[in-house]
Parts: sequence; C-alpha cells; structure tokens
Amino acid sequence: MKILVGYKRVIDYNVRVQVKPDGSGVVTDGVKLSPNPFDEIALEEALRLREKGVASEVVVIGIGPADLQPHLRNGLAMGANRAIHVSTGDAVQPLTVARVLLKIVEREQPGLVMLGKQAIDDDSNQTGQMLAALWDRPQATFASKLDVIGTTAQVVREIDAGLETLEIDLPAVVTVDLRLNEPRFIKLPDIMKAKSKPIETIELASLGVESGDHLTASHFAPPLKRSKGVMVKDVAELVEALRTKGLV
Amino acid sequence: MNKILIIAEHHAGQLNPATARCVTCAQAIGGSVDVLVLAATPEPVVRAAAALQGVNRVLSATHEANLHALAATFAPQIAALAPGYTHLLAPSTTFGKDLMPRVAALLGVAQVSDLMQVDGPRTFVRPIYAGNVLVTVKVPEGHVVAATVRPASWPEAAASSTLAPIEAIESHVALPTHTRFVALEGASSERPDLQSAQRVVSGGRALGSGENFKLIYDLADRLGAAVGASRAAVDAGYVPSDMQVGQTGKIIAPQLYIAVGISGAIQHLTGIKDAGTIVAINKDAEAPIFDVADYGLVGDLFKLVPEFIQAMN
Ligand SMILES: Cc1cc2nc3c(=O)[nH]c(=O)nc-3n(C[C@H](O)[C@H](O)[C@H](O)COP(=O)(O)OP(=O)(O)OC[C@H]3O[C@@H](n4cnc5c(N)ncnc54)[C@H](O)[C@@H]3O)c2cc1C
Ligand SMILES: Nc1ncnc2c1ncn2[C@@H]1O[C@H](COP(=O)(O)O)[C@@H](O)[C@H]1O
Repeated sequence: MKILVGYKRVIDYNVRVQVKPDGSGVVTDGVKLSPNPFDEIALEEALRLREKGVASEVVVIGIGPADLQPHLRNGLAMGANRAIHVSTGDAVQPLTVARVLLKIVEREQPGLVMLGKQAIDDDSNQTGQMLAALWDRPQATFASKLDVIGTTAQVVREIDAGLETLEIDLPAVVTVDLRLNEPRFIKLPDIMKAKSKPIETIELASLGVESGDHLTASHFAPPLKRSKGVMVKDVAELVEALRTKGLV
Repeated sequence: MNKILIIAEHHAGQLNPATARCVTCAQAIGGSVDVLVLAATPEPVVRAAAALQGVNRVLSATHEANLHALAATFAPQIAALAPGYTHLLAPSTTFGKDLMPRVAALLGVAQVSDLMQVDGPRTFVRPIYAGNVLVTVKVPEGHVVAATVRPASWPEAAASSTLAPIEAIESHVALPTHTRFVALEGASSERPDLQSAQRVVSGGRALGSGENFKLIYDLADRLGAAVGASRAAVDAGYVPSDMQVGQTGKIIAPQLYIAVGISGAIQHLTGIKDAGTIVAINKDAEAPIFDVADYGLVGDLFKLVPEFIQAMN
C-alpha cells in the first residue's frame, strides 16, 4: 500500500503573526517557516506504517511556490520515499488543494491519504473532508489512533464528546490530531540521504483543476486585545473581587 | 431573501446548545431559518429545535443510518437539500468541522470556517493564525454559503413559547456503507458541559499528575464549574482529550474562566479570549497568562487552590 501525505509549509507556530499596517495581509518577510505540525504527525504515522510493513511507500506532497523544494527535502529527510511538488504562485484554498490532491490520488492510487486536521495558518480544517467527498471515499478526521487491518482501518477520533472509534474501508482519508504520535527528529545522515531522493514537480496549471471557487479575502486585522487586569495579593482579595462582580 | 438551513447537532437525544448559537448567527445574516435534524429517533430533538426563537421550520430526516453522526452519511442528504437554500450553517464543533467541508465539496463550493461576525449576507469575519488575525472573507456570488459558526462568538437563541412547524422529509439519496461507527468512549460526567458552562476551571502542566487534578475538580465543584485543561495536561495523560481548551481543542466563552498552573501560550489563549472574566493562578509573575487575566494571583497552586476551596465552603 502506498500512503500519500499532505505536507504544507506554514509560519512557525512560535511566531506571533503580525498584520500589515494597510490590512492587506500578514507579514511574511523574514518570518520563520516550518512544516505544519499536524503534517509532521501525519508523516510520522505513515512512516511507522511503512516500518510495520503495512505500507510500502510514503509520498509527501506540497502545493505551493517554487521555493517549496527545501521544505519537501525535510519530509524526505524524515523518511518519505519521494515527494511531489505541485507548483503554483497563487495562494491555494482547501477546495483547490482537495481538487489537486484528487488528481494526484487518481494517478498514484494510494491506499491511504493522511493529512493534518488543520493547517495552523488558515486554521480551515477542511481539506481532508473535501478530498474524501470528491473522491467518494471514507474520512476519519481528528485521529488519535490508527490501526490498519487488511482492507479496513480502525480509527479513534478525538471529538467533543470523547473518543469515537470508526471502521472505514480503504482507500480513505485520515486527518490527524496532536496525540496520534510524536514525530521523530531528523538526523544529519538522513539529510544527506534525502538529497538523492526524487522530487517531482508538476505545474498546478497543467492539472486542469478549477481554482476559481474560492473566498476572497478583503481585509486583515488584529483581534481586539484583552486589557491586562489587576494583580490581587491573596485568595481573600480574589474571592472578594469575584463576589462583588457576582461571579461566585 | 436569504433561506438559511442549520444542521442540528445532537447527541443522546439532546440538542447541543451550539445549534441555538447558530440560530443567533442566522438571524444576523437575516432571512428564513430552517433547522435540519438528521436522526434515527427524531424526538425530543426536533421539539427542542422547534422551540428556539427565530426558527421558522424544523425538517426531520429520520433514517436508521442517521443513528450516528457520520459525515459520509449526513453530507449527501444535506447536499440534496441545498438547492432550496442560500446558506448552510453548522456549529464549528468537531461535528460541524467534520461534516460541513464534505457538504461544501459535494456542492463544489468553498467553505467558511469559524464564522464570528456577519458583515453582509456573504461577507464574514473569521479567525486565522490561532486567532492572532481576523480576516474578512466574501463568498462568490451565485454560490451557496457553507459555513461553520464559531459558537463562542454567538449567544444562544432563547426558547420560544410557540413551536415552529416540524416537517418530516424523506431522502432518496444513496447512503454509503464504507464508514461504520464502532464505539464512543464518552467522559460522561456529572459536571457541567465544558462548551456551555458559565464557569470553567482549567488546570495545566503544573498539576503534575492525574491525582493532583482532584484539586481542580474540587474547586470546580464548589463553583458549579466545568473542568478544562491545557494541551500539556492532556498530553501528559492527567485528563482526557475532550477537556483540552484552545486552538486545537475547545473554544469557550464562559462568564468566568480560572486558569491554574497554565502559562498562557497563544494556542491556549485563543480558546478563552471571549471569556467574561479571566482569573490566573501561577507561581511565575512573568507568565503570559497574566497579560490577559482580569485578576492575577501569583503563588503556588498547591497552597492557593486549597485556600480557594476553603473560602468557597
Ligand atoms: C499546533 C499546536 C496546537 C496547540 N494547541 C493547543 C491547545 O489547543 N490548547 C493548549 O492549551 N495548548 C495548545 N498547544 C500547546 C501550547 O503551545 C503550550 O505548549 C501549552 O498550552 C502549555 O501548557 P501549560 O500552560 O499547561 O504548560 P506550561 O507552558 O509548561 O506552563 C505551566 C505553568 O505552570 C506554572 N506553575 C508550575 N508550577 C506551579 C505551581 N506549583 N503553582 C502555580 N503555578 C505553577 C508555571 O509557571 C507555568 O507558567 C498547541 C501547540 C501547537 C504547536
Ligand atoms: N498547500 C498544501 N500543500 C500540502 N498539503 C496541504 C496544503 N494545504 C492543505 N494541505 C493539507 O490539508 C490539511 C488541512 O489543511 P486546512 O484544510 O487548510 O486546514 C493540512 O494539514 C495538510 O495536510
């Protein structure tokens, strides 16, 4: 079985993202970029399935600008067999990403597509579900445990009500949550090995994907800041303040 | 005129209050409001939905395949109804997040996630970058608006004394069998529900163990509060995952939020910034949680929380 892994590059989660003064977007110049944390978890899980002999090949895919190659090398260094770079200068939204992934799925015929539950830049939490719909296949979102059993998978999902277990037929789309695993660190020899692994580049425009159905973003703004309150000296003062406000 | 369809979220015969928050959002958009209940047993959920102020009609789609909220099963039934509507809304709970993108893709339209403000019938504000940025987005003309509604941004619609009409509908779409429910391990708790509670006490990594979390439960019980946690506390196994508050957990807006031994990472703060009053207890006076706290108390939680419990007796 082949596993296709979505591997998006995003602004690092430690960066405090700033809005441009004219509200036209966010500041990206000189800002640290990293793999989407959820995608590292998806890749880790795919690698573990390969190590267990469940999967034979792990392919990372990134959709984005020409300079995405070093990012994909990172995924190869972590252990993916090869990478696919779908190149586009435009910012792509989940529906477009899902349509692109469907094209790649049709070509690669994976048994599993593993994506992050959300990209921490747009926080959309949509792409996996959209791909599953277009592909007409099962989806198991927010996975915190995954067992492949023959032609099916059992997936434990972190949902608001607790932990839900689904059984899904393969092929399918699984989107991963934080507690599925802890991604491995990349070692220096892996970086060397990754240099000889193949990255295939495909122009998004060559895929015949309809990309006009997107939302237009007109304005970016910082949220209202909560103001800093007061420091109380002890529990008695805290309780008094809360009582006065009728909160306890 | 806008015709809005809200997909009801329910569990074990209870309508989730997030549905009533969607109704308030729908009223901000303006237009007629229908609520769709997909269920195996429609009562009493349809009645609870019909009793919400602002609901014009409840559609009841009863089918044994609707026993569990499977996106793969629900989505084609919703997509089949979409031509009659301008807007499709569901709460941005795990239920709505799982379902709505699947519906949108079946319809070939983009989806708006975490709708927090209405600027026009197809212009909305939503958070990105863990709530560090708010973006105004517009849905293209001619497309049905498919959106998840951020519950913390909208109050619940009140109950009405009259019931909206309830109509049974039948669906003729083929339903898949490739996705099967196996089990739900619920943290069925006697405590108030984290997402709708007016008071929440959360504990962080500083608690150090599941046993020590008893302090947090005790304080919560004194206050009639729900219990939450930081990701670090969940990852360490002190408490179950459904208690995580934050960017990737639950986004909540209680009147009172008490953070105990939580540093206040941006991913945590994004889950609580609509809380009415925030209290922080932390031994580090420099902890970022104090930048957003209305009341800050510096000290050792193992001393202060027992004192707090004592003061509430
Ligand atoms: C993609 C991504 C998503 C994330 N999503 C979430 C999310 O949804 N929710 C979330 O919470 N986090 C999330 N995080 C993690 C977040 O970045 C922080 O790591 C986490 O919130 C830290 O938890 P904490 O405050 O309990 O632990 P710490 O940061 O370790 O803080 C512990 C605090 O306890 C204080 N303390 C220690 N001992 C005592 C004592 N005896 N008495 C009083 N105070 C004491 C310390 O001073 C410290 O401030 C996410 C991270 C990533 C990368
Ligand atoms: N441009 C992209 N390239 C590769 N994978 C992507 C891209 N955009 C989204 N994805 C995948 O889809 C997941 C969910 O993204 P989103 O729906 O944008 O929150 C991410 O975690 C990735 O796995």
